[in-house]
Amino acid sequence: MPTHPTSTMTLGKALNEGLRKAMENDPKVLIMGEDVGRLGGVFRVTDGLQKDFGEDRVIDTPLAESGIIGTAIGLAIRGFRPVCEIQFDGFVFPAFDQIVSQVARLHYRSAGNVKVPITIRIPYGGGIGAVEHHSESPEAYFAHAAGLKVVTCSNAVDAYSMIQQAIACDDPVIFFEPKRRYWDKAEVDTTASADPLWSANVVREGITATLITYGPSVRTCVEAAAAAEVDGHDLEVIDLRALSPIDWDAVFASVGKTEHAIVVSEAPVFASLAGEIAARISEKCFYSLEAPVLRVGGYSTPYPTSRIEEDFLPDLDRILDAVDRSLAY
Amino acid sequence: MPAQASNATDAGPDVLPPIQPSEGPDFVQLLTPEGERVEHPDYSLDITDDEIRDLYRDLVLVRRIDSEATALQRQGELGLWANLLGQEAAQVGAGRSLTDADFAFPTYREHGVAYCKGVDPVTLLGLFRGTSQGGWDPQEHGFGLYTIVIGSQTLHATGYAMGIQRDGGQGAAMAFFGDGASSQGDVNEAFVWASVFNAPVVFFCQNNQWAISEPLERQTRIPLYQRARGFGFPGVRVDGNDVLAVLAVTREALARAREGSGPMLIEAYTYRMGAHTTSDDPTRYRLAAELETWKLKDPIERVKAYLSRSGAGDADFFASVDQAADDLAAHVRAGCLALPDPDPLSLFDNVYAEGSPLLDEEREQMASYLASFADTEAVH
Repeated sequence: MPTHPTSTMTLGKALNEGLRKAMENDPKVLIMGEDVGRLGGVFRVTDGLQKDFGEDRVIDTPLAESGIIGTAIGLAIRGFRPVCEIQFDGFVFPAFDQIVSQVARLHYRSAGNVKVPITIRIPYGGGIGAVEHHSESPEAYFAHAAGLKVVTCSNAVDAYSMIQQAIACDDPVIFFEPKRRYWDKAEVDTTASADPLWSANVVREGITATLITYGPSVRTCVEAAAAAEVDGHDLEVIDLRALSPIDWDAVFASVGKTEHAIVVSEAPVFASLAGEIAARISEKCFYSLEAPVLRVGGYSTPYPTSRIEEDFLPDLDRILDAVDRSLAY
Repeated sequence: MPAQASNATDAGPDVLPPIQPSEGPDFVQLLTPEGERVEHPDYSLDITDDEIRDLYRDLVLVRRIDSEATALQRQGELGLWANLLGQEAAQVGAGRSLTDADFAFPTYREHGVAYCKGVDPVTLLGLFRGTSQGGWDPQEHGFGLYTIVIGSQTLHATGYAMGIQRDGGQGAAMAFFGDGASSQGDVNEAFVWASVFNAPVVFFCQNNQWAISEPLERQTRIPLYQRARGFGFPGVRVDGNDVLAVLAVTREALARAREGSGPMLIEAYTYRMGAHTTSDDPTRYRLAAELETWKLKDPIERVKAYLSRSGAGDADFFASVDQAADDLAAHVRAGCLALPDPDPLSLFDNVYAEGSPLLDEEREQMASYLASFADTEAVH
């Protein structure tokens, strides 16, 4: 535990502290995954937890993702609350069947008799110069699966509270962690009361246009908004935090005010969450809009090699270009 | 190199012997197809004639559940039925080995295990009639929901067993699966996990020889029970049509698991005498002669022969069992026909334990859409 309730910590450390708190509060909480024990995870998010909670509660698993999720289901049926780590976004697919066919559906299939309070942590997104399968943005696959809830944090403060809320939730939660933001620091007050898990956060208020974003792109959008100030544009930035369900009221309120909406994420835009958000805004804010909802995201290609990934990822210039196009409409 | 190529040709391909139950100790049998009690060096069963009569009754009733459900499907009352004909002994033997502390994780064919675990067969029919996705409470019965994706439940059973290890429970888990599932990655992952965590789980494979149209030879080149050795735990092949042998072997495997000796694989060597499901046509892929051979090993006839020969079952007893089967069939039929169609709006129920604003919104939309027809209906 931090010696003082408020301390500066990285997003990764905030997750670590949140996991620790969840394990202290509920003896049924287990952590399982590849290298989560002795090593503390490849990103050190579970650092020190096995030492303090033992090998029965922080389980180094065999190297088999479907096995991690499949056995977590059995543990959940037995009354445990497993927190599974998928080491990298691109490695979740061997577990995809267990997640969408079993985890997502057991409560429904059992007419409410079986709860599956499993949290599945997935470091996601690009920008760390990695090899293939280490920079994916697969959130739309999971948001599309009824029965799952999907959230993502963008900063250390949210990371600390959201991981605890996700674990306490009786529904399965896919918890996406923006891996290139693991080292971003913030002041975290571990005694502060947290926002509801399913609420969006207006991280920057403005009136010119709304940037709707989440996860790793939040910081990019805030930086873009700061740059836009030079041109006299006062951008509002919304961090969705919850991707399924989405806090539509926050989105519609903002778009009603700014009349311009741009959705930003790293995922390829075709058939993406950004597409769903744009469609919803068009349905609900039709008469408020001064321009079509624009989307800025990855291209419809496999994630590229690291030396050109910055050309694939939405950056300040591409976001500001979209703002200009929206305002010029 | 020519010489080596020539040698390889002389040796021929690495053909393994045909996969057959051996007559040796690897094949556990305690009651022959003719109804003779036989001994096995590793597995014995201390059982009274009363208990054997109960098992006979179970076998007959389970077969009757299956035949009545098949008839209901043929009459259009069920969309589908997964037949178990021929697998009664495997399921009753395993089902009767389970105590209240144990938890079974079935496929979609374990109607006999469900019966042993106290699930009303009418409830099973709800799934095949389309009125529910299962309908029973797994915790109440120690019997998981039917799992249709092949092999997934073996990992659930293994995780459940790891939970027993962690909360100090007394029971064990039993994973049901078939010969086809033995090819699934999940089943092989379950073997790895159970082994390295020494989990109290029994893998009960009903090898019924056919995965829809694909024969066992398409799934394996070695007897399935021998796979366990490579994963580091024991495997045994039991006569799956011998309820006494299945009971003895499953009891032993569960006892082992409960005392901390880890997992075990049981291959119940049996035969799917019916179709894969009521939508299947086995005449397209297997010979009638094969079925005739297996009819001689019928799981019920051998118990009847034993009871008749030993005098433990007389005509009155057999008549009483037949009457019980008729009564059960009547209950199944009446219960099936009485299963209510769900309220359309119930399709939104239980997607989430904690609800979802999206579903609240969609439910409201559907409700007002349906309500918009109310006036039209009133006119007619």
